[in-house]
Amino acid sequence: MSEDNQGILWEVFLQPKPGRPFKHVGSLHAYDKKMAMTSARDLYTRRGEGKGIWLVKSQDIVSSHPEDGEAFFDPSNDKVYRHPTFYSIPDGVKHI
Amino acid sequence: MDDPKKLAEFQEKIDADIKIEPRDWMPEKYRQNLIRQISQHAHSEIIGMQPEKNWLTRAPSIRAKKILMAKIQDEAGHGLYLYCAAETLGVSREQVLNLLHEGKAKYSSVFNYPAITWADMGAIGWLVDGAAIVNQVSLQGTSYGPYSRAMVKICMEESFHQRQGYEVVVSLAKGTPEQKQMAQDALNRWWWPSVMMFGPHDAESAHSNQSLKWKIKRESNDELRQRFIDKTIHQGEILGLTFPDPDLKWNESTGHYDYGKIDWDEFWNVVKGNGPGNKQRLNHNIAAHEDGQWVREAAIAYADKINSKTKTA
Ligand SMILES: [Fe+2]
Ligand SMILES: [Fe+2]
Repeated sequence: MSEDNQGILWEVFLQPKPGRPFKHVGSLHAYDKKMAMTSARDLYTRRGEGKGIWLVKSQDIVSSHPEDGEAFFDPSNDKVYRHPTFYSIPDGVKHI
Repeated sequence: MDDPKKLAEFQEKIDADIKIEPRDWMPEKYRQNLIRQISQHAHSEIIGMQPEKNWLTRAPSIRAKKILMAKIQDEAGHGLYLYCAAETLGVSREQVLNLLHEGKAKYSSVFNYPAITWADMGAIGWLVDGAAIVNQVSLQGTSYGPYSRAMVKICMEESFHQRQGYEVVVSLAKGTPEQKQMAQDALNRWWWPSVMMFGPHDAESAHSNQSLKWKIKRESNDELRQRFIDKTIHQGEILGLTFPDPDLKWNESTGHYDYGKIDWDEFWNVVKGNGPGNKQRLNHNIAAHEDGQWVREAAIAYADKINSKTKTA
């Protein structure tokens, strides 16, 4: 390990209650998983903000590139038939 | 030099209130401005724990001690959220700490004043946190995503800080004449440093214009200062306390309080390191960092051991 001794950067995700999706809430420094978990609890759940914690090393996160954002997400724009409003249903038909 | 086309696109995004994220293109000066402001903000949270820790062991009740402890713990958290936000801009935690320890980074000057009586715990929560909240509520709208998100979380946590401080002031102001005098003395000592927390007047503020144009800051120093003064006066008067400013006066035509001249010589003197507590605060922070060296070493050794075990298994 180099003189850089503040530990690894971790990203913290919290689940506000069971059944809800996990959301990114911030990051922290820690040297190992156990310490990261304890710090995440102390730093991000002091007021019952979460009932579940996920931790991911920042370096392991794969993300899209903002610069090619538009082209990358382009395929979603021209497929209107993916939306329910695309379809016409005869008047009076219910529960569909 | 930054590419003018990119610069124009960047400004368009800012004008449309689209947040800037760590991997987005940004002008180098935007990045540097943010690093300076966010790390300064982080240092203030961390150094700001010191005047309060002074009273932890002498808090007048278990209730007061538990509250103070919880507040100090929050401030440590605020410092950490902000250090992480600064790191998303490409500086390391070590760099940021080194700049502080070498005296090259600033923190809020208000923390260089000593907390000499229990009433100061009240005045700090009421006035210093109160001023910080006015600033931080405004900064929730900052253009840099990670900074803005940290501010939202911090503001949520701050809401009890000011109330607990005000409660201390209330109980003293309603106590014996000596206790009321303690509250008044604390107000006298902390009022002007709190008013100065917003920084120099707009006309003299070095970074202000560009910061506002890039929406790093959303409101000027003087606007924020005025808001703080306007909302605080009544909170003191209702307790029968007076503010140490003979020129303080409600102005019917502006709808704001007029206030007296700020002693900027004192402000700059403290900023330059000559306040009553600058040396002590910085030395204490350095000592705490150095005392933690063995803990970091042990934690690294432990992590290495765990890692080599999982590799051979
Ligand atoms: Fe804070
Ligand atoms: Fe606070």
